[in-house]
Amino acid sequence: MPRTVLETELRNLKGEVLKQGQMVGDAMLAAIEALKHRDVEASRRIMAADRDINALRFEIERATLIVIATQQPLAHDLRLLASILDIAGELERMGDYAKGIAKINILMGDKPLLKPLIDLPRMAEIATDMLRQALVAFSNDDAETARAIPGRDDEVDALYNQIYRELMTFMIQDPKTIDQANYLLWAAHNVERTADRVTNICERTIFTATGEIVELA
Amino acid sequence: MSQSIYEHIDLRRHYRRRQRTNRIMLALTGLTVAVAVVPLVWITVYVLLQGGKYLTPDFFIHLPAPMGVAGGGVLHAIEGSAVMVLLASAIAIPLALLAAFYLLARPNTGLAHTLRFSTDMLAGTPSIVIGLFGYAVIVTVQKHFSAFAGGMVLAIIMLPVVLRSAEEMLKLVPPELREGALAMGAPEWLAALKVVLPAAAEGIITGVMLGIARAVGETAPLLFTALGNDHYEIGKIISAGLRYHQSPGKILGTIFAQPADALPLTLWKYAQQPYQERVHQAWAVAFVLMLFVLGLNIAARAWLAYRRRKMFTS
Amino acid sequence: MQPHLNITEPSRAAATASSLKMEVRHLSVTYKTSRAVKAIDLPVYENRVLAIIGPSGCGKSTLLRALNRMNDLIPGARVEGEVLLDGENIYAPGQDVVDIRRRVGMVFQRPNPFPMSVYDNVAFGPRLLGLRKKSVLDEIVEQSLRSAALWEQVKDHLGQSGMALSGGQQQRLCIARTIAMEPEVILMDEPTSALDPMATLTIEDLIQRLKENYTIVIVTHNMQQAARISDFTAFLNMDSDRAGYLVEFGPTVDVFTNPKEKLTEDYITGRFG
Repeated sequence: MPRTVLETELRNLKGEVLKQGQMVGDAMLAAIEALKHRDVEASRRIMAADRDINALRFEIERATLIVIATQQPLAHDLRLLASILDIAGELERMGDYAKGIAKINILMGDKPLLKPLIDLPRMAEIATDMLRQALVAFSNDDAETARAIPGRDDEVDALYNQIYRELMTFMIQDPKTIDQANYLLWAAHNVERTADRVTNICERTIFTATGEIVELA
Repeated sequence: MSQSIYEHIDLRRHYRRRQRTNRIMLALTGLTVAVAVVPLVWITVYVLLQGGKYLTPDFFIHLPAPMGVAGGGVLHAIEGSAVMVLLASAIAIPLALLAAFYLLARPNTGLAHTLRFSTDMLAGTPSIVIGLFGYAVIVTVQKHFSAFAGGMVLAIIMLPVVLRSAEEMLKLVPPELREGALAMGAPEWLAALKVVLPAAAEGIITGVMLGIARAVGETAPLLFTALGNDHYEIGKIISAGLRYHQSPGKILGTIFAQPADALPLTLWKYAQQPYQERVHQAWAVAFVLMLFVLGLNIAARAWLAYRRRKMFTS
Repeated sequence: MQPHLNITEPSRAAATASSLKMEVRHLSVTYKTSRAVKAIDLPVYENRVLAIIGPSGCGKSTLLRALNRMNDLIPGARVEGEVLLDGENIYAPGQDVVDIRRRVGMVFQRPNPFPMSVYDNVAFGPRLLGLRKKSVLDEIVEQSLRSAALWEQVKDHLGQSGMALSGGQQQRLCIARTIAMEPEVILMDEPTSALDPMATLTIEDLIQRLKENYTIVIVTHNMQQAARISDFTAFLNMDSDRAGYLVEFGPTVDVFTNPKEKLTEDYITGRFG
């Protein structure tokens, strides 16, 4: 079948994107775990590892440009490559969110947690699961699934609101908790933003498959 | 590094063998070329030497002297040849070109196939038979031999030669050239005349040269048509005509109605005569014929080279 | 309201805001017994470039030649359907073929300069139409050569043979020759496939400028070229009966980024077997 070179390149690039997504998902879950157990060393390792995620993003970008320049892609191939560029960028920013959570863990210092973390890890689980599903759908050119995934964002948002209310209550009752509560709120915000970015990935999948630009709530 | 399938073959020996074969073949082909060229060179040189010995300026401007008398020339033959070849060319060349263009434009019709077939047949017909045909059709009707009959017969002989090579040359012209002209709205004849013909010009002129050379050299057919005429002199005909206030048409008619001689015909006649004088003159005629054909070719090539140089540098 | 970015949208917007210069209606062309193209319906918009693409043997050239009745020159060629030029069917009985070929000119794949000087080449058309005055001819020759971006290179060598020019120059000479007839439509049959890359880009540039004044239809087997220079693209494919048919037609921008037919997608991305 003709265009074996292009086919191979596209397969490789998709593989790299999945790899980057794996790294991001792991980083997110690890950051939350580290925060749960107040493991500062782990957080430092996560922050250092973000460099690898960034490097991979630029590698993907470089390779994609080379394919565009040398293979004259059109139609579906072209849309796919454009989406890869976009998604690599989205993933890199999601990596930054995970890094941010790790940083928060370090900034929070020695103080014990206000309360054991329940909702936050739950949020992270859903978000990383959404990410995994979205990348699989992207890899399979599966617009159907891609359309369905953003629905779970409601769950994430609901959890975020709950965390927000809880932390607000803490802050009102005891001003000394404002410092940590703020940090935790920020961490939750990062997870929520991660889930939002997954929606962008789904939109890109639909664009690649059908050529339509849709806004998924 | 896997084993090459050529590893156990002695490539060097094969190479040497090929070289040897190559050299042998080159030598052989060189030899055959020499064999082919030698007679040509020999004839040309021999004729030019022999004929040159007996050439005098008188040769070209005088009519033959009576037998046994020294001197005289072959003006009659020169003019006869000229008149008949000119007539033949004037008829055969346009006809051949027109036919060639037809074959180019409509190559697959029944008429086209018939045309090609009959041309080939004609080309293969012995020229003496064509002479006989001319005798039967023209001379018996006119009730005398004439330059006209000779010219017509030469035309029939020239036609297939020119047509064949013209058709070949036209076929060599890239079809896009003709198509390009037609795509611009040019009618077929204009495309043929202004675009295809100039493109095929060189080759066609070669074909025409061949035809003329053939016509100039034919002897047998003229035996029954032009016959021969020791007193053929156009100058006299024209001056006589003017003196008697004849119309140009009548003068022309007289020129063509006379029996005429031709160079090869004269050569044939003289070579057989017992007089040494005549035999020498036969050699001189051969010289003239050779020179004419050579000169024609060279002139044509020179003109084409000049034309090409003019167009490609500026 | 969809925001329109000025970069790609002019192609789409401009591609649609134009009138119909020619129209192909249910056109079928048959040679002796085999059908070359069947039932083609195609619009040709004025002052736009239409690219016709498709695999070898699918009838692209046949379709192109049908637009100026060049198929008439092939014995045994039969045409069904209509080709309208400004609303009139060029195949209607009584049509002046010479005039049609003047209005719809053609540039061929291999440059075919006539065996005469550059000047005579360009003046061939005008002379054909009866123009004889030297001053008028001089003017037309200069104008046409300028339009074909060749004037500066040949203005001091107008007497030189047209065949002494380089390949790219020869092709531009052929374009100038066509322009000299003041056509309305210019047909180009793979005009750059015999040229080197530099000459190719020069001609492509020329085509972009020519479309301001002429309507252009170009057959090309170079997909990227079609994508680069055309406003509309028609994709022809060979059917099982070896006749060519129209698979898809649309603005080039759409055909090359998001084609409607899978066959089109497969062809332009090179997945065709």
